[in-house]
Amino acid sequence: MSKFKKKAAVKQEIPTSSMPDVVFMLLFFFMVTTQMRETSINVKQQLPEATQLKKLARKSLVAYMYIGEPKKTDQWGKEPKIQVNDVFIEPKDVIQWVNSEKAKLNEFERDQLTVSMKVDSEAKRGIIADVETELRKANARLLLYSTLQRRVEN
Amino acid sequence: MPRPVPDIPNASMADIAFLLLVFFLVTTTVANDKGLSIQLPPPPEAMPPDMDIKIQERNLFKIQVNSFDNVLVEGNPFTGSPAELTDMIKKFVLNYGADPGSSDNPEKAIVSYKTDRGTSHKKFIEILDAIQAAYYQIYADNAGVTVKKWLDLSSDLNNPENRRLYDLGRKKRPDGSVEIPMALSIAEPTKIGGK
Repeated sequence: MSKFKKKAAVKQEIPTSSMPDVVFMLLFFFMVTTQMRETSINVKQQLPEATQLKKLARKSLVAYMYIGEPKKTDQWGKEPKIQVNDVFIEPKDVIQWVNSEKAKLNEFERDQLTVSMKVDSEAKRGIIADVETELRKANARLLLYSTLQRRVEN
Repeated sequence: MPRPVPDIPNASMADIAFLLLVFFLVTTTVANDKGLSIQLPPPPEAMPPDMDIKIQERNLFKIQVNSFDNVLVEGNPFTGSPAELTDMIKKFVLNYGADPGSSDNPEKAIVSYKTDRGTSHKKFIEILDAIQAAYYQIYADNAGVTVKKWLDLSSDLNNPENRRLYDLGRKKRPDGSVEIPMALSIAEPTKIGGK
C-alpha cells in the first residue's frame, strides 16, 4: 500500500501565451526610462552618503563634474583628478568649462546653471576647494554635492 | 476557393523581446541627481575690501575638521554622532538670548565650518549634512510638515503652495527679510595637511 497517491491527471502547465505581452510591457518601461550615458567616467566614483538630499529641479540646467582617483592609475597617477565631459582638466580650466556650459543654455537661464559635483568619498577637500574658488570666479554659484541616500534605522 | 492565410511564426517573439529587454536592463542607469545643495559666496574680488564685519563670539558656532578627520566643535573635541551635532546646532540657532554663551537670535546666528585641505570628502559631507539637517528640521517644524516633505517642496518653488510653506518655514517677514536664514559659512580650507 503506497502512501503516495498517483498524480491527478490534471494539466499542470502555466499558460505562456501572455508571456510576450508581459515581456513587452517591461521592455517598453525600460526603453522609456533608459538614458544613454554620454560620457564614460574615468575616475573612481564611490559617492558619500547623506540624509538631507534635495532633488534637482531641471536637468537641462545641470553641468556635471566628476572628481576622484583615476581608474587607470598607471597612466594618470593616484592623485584625484577632475573630469568633465570626456577629459581631465585642471582647476584653472574650470572657468572656461563653465562658460562653455553656459553657452549651451538660453540667455535668461544662464545664471541658474547648477554644477553637480560627483566627488569620490576618498578625495580630499583641497582639490574641491580649488574648484569652488574657480566656480565663484566663473559666477556659477549653485552647487550640488551629489550623494547617496543614507538608510536611517528607525 | 479560399486562399491559405499566411502565418508569421510568433513563437520566437518572446525570445526577441527578452533579448531587447536584457539589452535595456543592462544599459539603463538609474539617474542619481540628488545631493546636498549649497550656494557659494560671490567671488573674493566682488566683495568690498573694507568689509570686516564684527561678529560677536556668541553668535558664531564654530566647527573645525583637521586632516585626520577629527572634529572640533566650539573648540572642544567632538566624537559624537552627526545627530548629536544636529541637536547642538538647533539649540544654538533657537537660543533667542536665553543662554549668554549662545546666539542672540536665529538671524544673527552663523555656523562657521572650516576644514583642512587634507579632510576627506566623506567627512566633509557628513558634517555638512548634520548642519543642513538642523536647519531643515527647524524649517519643517515651523511649516508643519515632515523634513522629507520640506526637502521636496523646497526644490520646486514655482508652485505657489510650496512657496507659501517655504516662506512660512523660514519665517519670512513682510519686508522680505528672513527670520531664520541658513547662515552657513564654509571657510577656505587650511593648508596643514594634504596638498
